[in-house]
Amino acid sequence: MNTEAIKELLYKMADDLLIIGHRNSEWTGLGPILEEDIAFSSMAQDKIGQSQALFQLLHELGEQAPDTVAFTRNANQFHNAQFLELPNGDYDFSLMRHFLYDIADQLRFEMLATSSYEPLAKVARKVKGELKYHVFHANTWITKLGTATDESHARMQAALSASWNYALGMFEEGSFEVQLKTENIFEGESALKNRWLETITPIFAKATLTIPDVKTWEPKLGGRKGYHTEHLQPLLDEMSEVFTIDPSAEW
Amino acid sequence: MYGNAYIDPNEKPKSIIDGEDPIKLAEFEARIARGEKIEPKDWMPREYRKQLIRMIEQHAHSEIIGALPEGTWITRAPGFKRKLALMAKVQDEVGHAQLLYSAAETLGKSREEMTNDLITGKSKYSNVFNYPAFTWADACIIAWLIDAGAIINQVANAKGSYGPYCRALDRICTEESFHLKYGHDNVVTLATGTPVQRKMVQEALNRWWPPIMHFFGPSDKISNHTEILMRWKVKMATNDDMRQQFLNMYVPKIWDLGLTVPDANLKKNEATGKWDYTEPDWEEFKRVINGGGPCNAERLAVRRMAEERGRWVRNALLNKAEKYVTPLA
Ligand SMILES: [Fe+2]
Ligand SMILES: [Fe+2]
Ligand SMILES: [Fe+2]
Repeated sequence: MNTEAIKELLYKMADDLLIIGHRNSEWTGLGPILEEDIAFSSMAQDKIGQSQALFQLLHELGEQAPDTVAFTRNANQFHNAQFLELPNGDYDFSLMRHFLYDIADQLRFEMLATSSYEPLAKVARKVKGELKYHVFHANTWITKLGTATDESHARMQAALSASWNYALGMFEEGSFEVQLKTENIFEGESALKNRWLETITPIFAKATLTIPDVKTWEPKLGGRKGYHTEHLQPLLDEMSEVFTIDPSAEW
Repeated sequence: MYGNAYIDPNEKPKSIIDGEDPIKLAEFEARIARGEKIEPKDWMPREYRKQLIRMIEQHAHSEIIGALPEGTWITRAPGFKRKLALMAKVQDEVGHAQLLYSAAETLGKSREEMTNDLITGKSKYSNVFNYPAFTWADACIIAWLIDAGAIINQVANAKGSYGPYCRALDRICTEESFHLKYGHDNVVTLATGTPVQRKMVQEALNRWWPPIMHFFGPSDKISNHTEILMRWKVKMATNDDMRQQFLNMYVPKIWDLGLTVPDANLKKNEATGKWDYTEPDWEEFKRVINGGGPCNAERLAVRRMAEERGRWVRNALLNKAEKYVTPLA
């Protein structure tokens, strides 16, 4: 078992979930309608819970406790895709990100459900079920807002265009792609990206939204290696504000 | 609920049943006296409808505004366990708003109208949320003691006469009991924690005590008006009774934790069986309820901004002429 490769995989997944969960939770009390406020909170809770489960796997591989790992690292020690740390913006961007990320996340967990690394496969099988609702929610709203009014269509199209290169950055390759694949732990980022494109393309067609021209694709890379936008550190400072008053205290 | 329905002391002192059909009114009162619930399509006096709309609407607004001071601590909650629990709690509060708005809608006022009255400052919400939650400990004190006050109020109102409101409150009370446990557990952790944590929680209690004492409202004027509302089971307990019940249940628990209540006169009067306390500053209460509190402007500005930023989404839903289906998660 290639522990370093597994740790790298677990860290980026856990960090993605923690950061998007944090961002989604910022909608609480501020959603465009109460029902959406509740839905975003519900999904945020799932994401944070899933990240905790992955940090727990890391702990079992010798890393520090989930709270310590999540609440005391700096931005350059985080491996989430930059896409997920961007501020929420308006509901259009948040929803578009939710759609693009959650489809990728669902496909990733589906692939991992048969991973040879059984602890992760076990988590993946459980998470897959939770994600059904997330993806259903995202698909419904993307289709609805893509086609409802001129304004909603224009907003969703602008959100897609603004998101796209960041979304491609989610599939930044790690240092162990080959090992993970040959050991049947994870099929790899490029396989995931292909499935993702296949899945989102027909939904965007239904939503009458256009994926940017392939010639303009320039994935925003670096997040997986600890390079982040200026938005991550303030997010982390906020997240750890209370915990770091005394990290050894029980809260 | 967060705070009892605020009855304007300047309200017209005349009888509130002027002009009602005496036969229908007698039937209506007889039903209530028998413990029956009034349902949306049943006949009801104008004033009954008006008071209930005001009360349920204020309650709903309090839930959604109440999500703001606590909500700001979701992103700062220390550790996974607290973060997840607080997210779930605040989500519940937003859910309470949703339930209550739909209960109020059965009386003929739409959610849009109510939202509009909230953000224009026409409708009230519980005064406590016009105070800031400075530290994590403030959020913990709110979750424990404000939710405790809310439960006392809601349990009383759940025995009221209007069916949809009572049923909403039954559901809400179940969730509130989890909030109370969550809040208490947080306060216990801080009160039994490091010196820094103990100091944090004592300071938070000091800050929140006056708003907590204000929470149930000033002593009710015993008027004809109040009497009728109690007979109609709109108002279920006096403000003073609820305040006494709160003190009786929670002051001993606060003292057990080694915390000090910032009122030197607070003690149980063995002769009367009631709690003596320094009379809260009701001028301050009035000032805050009329918009002069530390956070009134900010709370409404945030709500207004949320409404404005979300308008295009609501317009899109309207245009699709499809009713949004509540997610089941
Ligand atoms: Fe609640
Ligand atoms: Fe509530
Ligand atoms: Fe509550």
